[in-house]
Amino acid sequence: MSALRPLPRWADIALLPLLNLLLAFAVSGLVVLMIGQNPLLAMWAIVTGSFGNGFNIGYTLYYATNFVFTGLAVAVAAHASLFNIGGNGQAYIAGLGVAIVCLALDQTHWLLVAPLAMIAAAVFGGFWAFIPGYLQAKRGSHVVITTIMFNFIAAAIMVYMLNRVFKPANVMGPESRTFAPGGRLPKLGEFVPFLQHTPVNLSIFVAILALIAIYILIWHTKFGYALRALGHNPTASRYAGMSNSRIIMIVMAMSGALAGMVALNEVMGVQNRLVLDFVAEAGFVGIAVALMGRNHPIGIALAALLFGALYQGGNELQYVIQGLDRNMVVIIQALVILFTGAMEGLFRPGLQFTFMLLSPEQKAEAVARETASSES
Amino acid sequence: MSTGEDTNAQRPDTAAASPPASQWAIELEKINKRFGEVHANKDIDLKVERGTIHGIVGENGAGKSTLMSILYGFYTADSGTIKVDGQERRITDSRHALALGIGMVHQHFMLVDNFTVLENVVLGVEDSAFIAPSLKRARGELDRIEHEYNLEVDPDAVIEDISVGQQQRVEILKALYRGAQTLILDEPTGVLTPNEAADLFRVLETLREQGKTIILITHKLREIMAITDNVSVMRQGEMVRTLKTSETNPEELAELMVGRRVLLRVDKAQAQPGKTLLEVKNLVVADDLGVVRVKDVSFSVRAGEIVGIAGVSGNGQSELLEAVSGMRDQRSGTVVMNGRELELKGDDGAARARLAGLAHVPEDRQRMGLVTNFQEWENAILGYQDRPEFGAGMFLDIQAAQREAEARIAQFDIRPASFRLKTANFSGGNQQKIVLAREMERNPDVLVVGQPTRGVDIGAIEFIHNEIIRMRDAGKAILLVSVELDEIRSLADRILVMFDGRIVGEADPATASEGELGLMMAGVTNGDAAGTEARP
Repeated sequence: MSALRPLPRWADIALLPLLNLLLAFAVSGLVVLMIGQNPLLAMWAIVTGSFGNGFNIGYTLYYATNFVFTGLAVAVAAHASLFNIGGNGQAYIAGLGVAIVCLALDQTHWLLVAPLAMIAAAVFGGFWAFIPGYLQAKRGSHVVITTIMFNFIAAAIMVYMLNRVFKPANVMGPESRTFAPGGRLPKLGEFVPFLQHTPVNLSIFVAILALIAIYILIWHTKFGYALRALGHNPTASRYAGMSNSRIIMIVMAMSGALAGMVALNEVMGVQNRLVLDFVAEAGFVGIAVALMGRNHPIGIALAALLFGALYQGGNELQYVIQGLDRNMVVIIQALVILFTGAMEGLFRPGLQFTFMLLSPEQKAEAVARETASSES
Repeated sequence: MSTGEDTNAQRPDTAAASPPASQWAIELEKINKRFGEVHANKDIDLKVERGTIHGIVGENGAGKSTLMSILYGFYTADSGTIKVDGQERRITDSRHALALGIGMVHQHFMLVDNFTVLENVVLGVEDSAFIAPSLKRARGELDRIEHEYNLEVDPDAVIEDISVGQQQRVEILKALYRGAQTLILDEPTGVLTPNEAADLFRVLETLREQGKTIILITHKLREIMAITDNVSVMRQGEMVRTLKTSETNPEELAELMVGRRVLLRVDKAQAQPGKTLLEVKNLVVADDLGVVRVKDVSFSVRAGEIVGIAGVSGNGQSELLEAVSGMRDQRSGTVVMNGRELELKGDDGAARARLAGLAHVPEDRQRMGLVTNFQEWENAILGYQDRPEFGAGMFLDIQAAQREAEARIAQFDIRPASFRLKTANFSGGNQQKIVLAREMERNPDVLVVGQPTRGVDIGAIEFIHNEIIRMRDAGKAILLVSVELDEIRSLADRILVMFDGRIVGEADPATASEGELGLMMAGVTNGDAAGTEARP
């Protein structure tokens, strides 16, 4: 009945997600309790497992790097009101490009290979998203459907390529040969001993640059202006003379290129060869990261770090507590996604009410209203 | 004005026939309603006399709709009392309101398009689990109501096949069938031709003769003067005054609505047409479903003149506007500006039209002309974002755009004067000013304007009309599309009437009578219209 007023900006951006996160953890705690374990102990295991020492931090950052790329990929498309669920497939296909460059040039120096591999990742990943973009812009096929389908096509292509093209004759598993040192991105641990021998590598700087570049693109360029106009109101963007179909194709290609950077991190940075399923589920985690980060680079950076920590902490969990393993972390992730993404507005009315009662003049107003309506 | 003394005289009799609980059908006392910060209704008192037509006028946001929603049970008042037939009532929902004999005809009809008239009338009040017996009973009852109130509609016609005016009758029949004694009509003439509106008024007069009470919400002062017995004026959530219609005039009502003197007539000098700037030749345009809505339309607009396109909404005007401004691909035909043919096909056609010097104030500012989620300054450059003054190369010069926005805000007196405010939070009139300022101040050769004052307050209407005249006098060619016949008549130098996708006639606003235009809008061509002009 009583009309609520909108929350102050800081509460909307910081307090609300924090409350959602706490609720997700609280419910996770209940699940742990049901299994018969100590939730506080489990929580502590995850925290120390992700940030406890240099080794754990290195792994957390490595996972976060992937999630920044896929989170940005989803966010860029989301600003144009396109839902790119195909991050997985785009990253997977981008691995093809990275592997071709690395295999061809790994006798040279990584400083030469890295930029070329990056371009190859962007081109291959971008191409894999451009096709759904084209189909959406010119043929009206919804990208949600086509990008999902393209994940499956990508998986089939990669199995074929690995088995029939990239697998050296004397190797059993479906994987390419290992790149020579000239085809490997240096690990951060080589420069920062604190991080020890962990997979986090130079592509984390690419991720940071991508965060900044996307911020500038979306809010400080004419193209960003056009893609936001399209995202909010496609009729108005057409009225403004923007070519909606062109924007859709470019945005999708950009989104795919960002997702493709996962291949730079994984193939050139970590595995140093092309392997089956190297993307894991980074593309899908990217959806949750973008959702939780509200499609803003700062939010995406924080959300990627959180999910990186959950991944790494979850891996450590099984060594600390008997009976809890990675599956527990999957549950926690699901709850985090549920409460910060799908049920993001759960606390909003309550919080608005609290804020209203905390401000004295509004409280007086509310009381006056209550009494007035009870008198009538 | 047609409310004769004789009908007034017979009203007490009607009241006496059905035992009167009270002289007042509806009494509202000290109604208050707040939405957060907004005090939508402040201590509203309203008494509606039984058996009268009571008009309620006020600008957008004056609180008319809120008040009627409270009466009809959509909202509950924060405080205040409602009396129906002298008895205090708490109206909790619209079903309850109907049970108390209050019916409402909404601006947008609530009919099921592929049902028949009879099925629509019965919908929701079927009296048995099987539909056939309900329909049978309803048919007899409906027949009686139709005869009693002179409201003929074929009960077996399907809604989508009948005219808008007929659909409105079905809405009225629905309310009467449910036993409404008091009818609320919200902007009922917005979608009607002048002749259909005249028919509606005859129906309303019949209803009044039969003792029904009618509350008419409208922003057209002419309608208030023509049909109501009493009129209440609302302004900024308050009831300013209730007057006898016979004792007031449009100027006084407008002043009460706005709070200051308002010029209702547009002052303009004789047009000084120059060379032809815009030429539309054999244009054919289809809508999104592929239905041809503009059928071989040709006309031209000269510098320094306003060509108005009149017509009932939905006769192809929207598609015509969109095609000429490059928002919609034409099937065939050409648009020539300044002697050069415009290449409008492709989804960036609007950019090419703008570059050639065509500015477009779209019909629906929220759906087309603005991105309402943007801050005001972002909308101040919409369509012009690629111009070099808003940043060289790929970057957007935010400061330049904000300076532009600030200048336009000052020039057009846009309120609140804050370019960082989200555009959705501006009122309709101020949103329209944002669009007008953007489109007019870039010195275009041709200005294409659709529904410039739809949903805009009287005070802002005056301003917008004057700006359009100023553009004309500066030698621009202006194409004006409006469903408000009054607006077309007072602004345009030449009127083209559109019906079913074709230009069916041209008229001189100085000499053409409303009846003549009305007939053309209904599809009766020029020659026929001249013959039947003498018709009452």
